[in-house]
Amino acid sequence: MTTVTGVLESGVPMPVDEQVLDVRDLRMRYGTKDVLQGVSFTARRGEVLALLGPNGAGKTTTIEILEGFRKRSAGDVRVLGVDPGIGGERWRARLGVVLQSWRDHGKWRVRELLHHLGTYYSVYSTAEFPRPWPVDDLLETVGLTAQSRQRIAQLSGGQRRRLDVAIGIVGRPELLFLDEPTVGFDPAARRDFHDLVHRLADVDGTTILLTTHDLDEAEKLADRIVILAGGRIIADGSADQLSLRVAGESEIRWTRDGARYVHSAIDATRFVRELFQQYGDAITDLEVRRASLEETYMTLVRESEAGRAHEAASTFQEAL
Amino acid sequence: MSSVSTAARTGLARGGIELRQTLTHAADIWQFVSPSILLLGTIFFEADATVPGTDISLGARTLPSALGMGFAFTGLMTVAMLLVVDREDGTLLRAKATPNGMSGYLVGKIVLVGGMSAIVLAIQLIPGLFIVDGLHIDAFGWFTLVWLVPLGFIATMPIGAMAGSLLDGPRNLGFLMLPLGGLVAISGIFYPITSMPGWLQAIAQLFPIYWLGLGMRSVFLPDALTTAELGHSWRLWETAGVLGVWAVLGLAIAPILLRRMAERESGSAVAARREKAMTRAV
Repeated sequence: MTTVTGVLESGVPMPVDEQVLDVRDLRMRYGTKDVLQGVSFTARRGEVLALLGPNGAGKTTTIEILEGFRKRSAGDVRVLGVDPGIGGERWRARLGVVLQSWRDHGKWRVRELLHHLGTYYSVYSTAEFPRPWPVDDLLETVGLTAQSRQRIAQLSGGQRRRLDVAIGIVGRPELLFLDEPTVGFDPAARRDFHDLVHRLADVDGTTILLTTHDLDEAEKLADRIVILAGGRIIADGSADQLSLRVAGESEIRWTRDGARYVHSAIDATRFVRELFQQYGDAITDLEVRRASLEETYMTLVRESEAGRAHEAASTFQEAL
Repeated sequence: MSSVSTAARTGLARGGIELRQTLTHAADIWQFVSPSILLLGTIFFEADATVPGTDISLGARTLPSALGMGFAFTGLMTVAMLLVVDREDGTLLRAKATPNGMSGYLVGKIVLVGGMSAIVLAIQLIPGLFIVDGLHIDAFGWFTLVWLVPLGFIATMPIGAMAGSLLDGPRNLGFLMLPLGGLVAISGIFYPITSMPGWLQAIAQLFPIYWLGLGMRSVFLPDALTTAELGHSWRLWETAGVLGVWAVLGLAIAPILLRRMAERESGSAVAARREKAMTRAV
C-alpha cells in the first residue's frame, strides 16, 4: 500500500484554532462490513480539500459523519473543534452543506427560500462572520439574480444546482461540504463555480471539503487531495506531491527542424538534458507534462486494489 | 433561549409562507374545496329529512359531525402526508442541515396545518349555516369550542406525525386511508353510532374521531338531540378525557419517533429514495 503523507502530518504542528478538521483513526462498520478502517486526516483554515476515491470507497460515509448526519463506530473526530456526534445548533450554524437537491421546496420562490433560510443564522452572526449572507448579494454571487422571483420547481437543473450552492453558503459557513458540486453544470457554470470556491477559500477563509469524480476539477480546486480506497486513505498530499510519488511517465514534446516530436519518458529531466546535448539550439517549443492527476489516481487506486487482492489471497492461503 | 425564539420566529414565518403558497396553488385549493363541496352537497340533500323522533334536519346533525371528522382528518392525514413527502424530497434533510431547522420546520407545519384546518372549518361551516336550519351556538357552546378545537388538534396531529415517521414512502399513505375510512364509518359521523353493534361502538370510542364529532354536535345542536347519543348525554368530560389521553400519549411518543426519523436522514438516504422513485417512474 502506498501512503503519501501530506505536509500537515509531517510538518510543524498547527495552532489549534487553525485546525478545522481533525480526523483520527475513524472507523465505521455496518453489520460485519468495515466501510472505514482507520481514516485519519486534517484540514486547516482556508484549505480546499478534495476527497477522491472509487464508488464504495467510503467517501459519502466519511462526509456524513463529519456533517453530523451519521454516527461513527470508532475514532476521534473534531470538526471546528467539536465532536460532530454531539455538535449543537451553534456548531451547525458554522457549517455549510451543499446537498444534492431533488424537488424540495418546489413551490417556494428562489429569493423567498434563501431569505427564509438566512433568518435561521442571524442569531449566530459574529464580527468575523456576519450572518446571513445578504440575499441580493448572494443571488448575484451564484448568478441567480434573474431567477430570484421564479418558483424553484421551474428552475433548470443547472440553476437548481446553483441554488443548492447558495443554500449551502447562506449562513457564511466556516467549513463547507460539497458533494459532487458540479454535476450537471455546463462549462461556463463550472468556471463560475470554480471562481466562487476560490473566492470562498481565499477571501473568506472558508475551509472546503469536496468530493468529486472529476479529477481535472479536483486538480484545479484542491490544495490537497485525499484518496480513499477500500475504507483506507491511500494518498494524502497536493496534486504535485502525489504525482511525484507515482513513477509515471512524463510526456515531452518539442520541435526540431520544423518537425514536431513527442516522446514519453519516466525520467523526463534526463531525457531533456540528453536532447539538448545532442541538438542544442535546434530544439524549440519544448513542453514537458508530468503525469496528470488522473494517471496518478488510477495508478494509486490500482496499486491499492492489487494490494488488497494480494492480502486477501494470503489470508485465504493461511486459512488453508 | 435564543433557540426557542428562533424556532418560533422562523417556524411562524415558514408556516405563513407555506399557507400562502397553498392558497395560491390551484391543485391545493381544489384539495381543500372538493371534499367541502361533497359535504355541503350531502347536507343539502339531507336538509329535508329529519333525525327520527325530532324535527331537527338530518343535515343539521351531519354538518357538525363532519366538521369534527374534518379536524381529525386534517390533523392526521395532512401531517402524515407532509412528513412523508418532505422526507422523500429532502426538505427534512435541508431542515436538518440548518441550525434550529428541525424545530422551525415543526413549528411551521403546526402553523400550516392549523391554518388549513381553520380554513376548511370556515368553508364548510359558513355556507352550511345557510343550507341547514337548526344550528345554533350559545355561550357554553363557544366555551366548548375554545377548548375542544385546540385539544382535538393536539390529539390528532401527533398521531399523524407518528404515522408519517413510520411510513416508508408516499405510496404507503394508502395504508392509512383504509383504516381511517373504516373508523369514520363507525364513528357516528354520517350514521348514528347507536345503530352500530356494541363491539363497533367500543372500537369507535377508543379513537378521537368519534369524540370530535360528538363534541362538535354538542356545540351546534340542541340538547334534545342527546336522545340519539350513547348514554343520552354529550359526555363532554369523557370527550376531554379521551382526547386528553391521546394528546398526552402523542406528545410523549411523537417526538421520539420524529427524532429517530430525523437521525436517519442523510444525503445518501435521500439519494437512495430518489433512485427508487426514478426506477418506479420508468
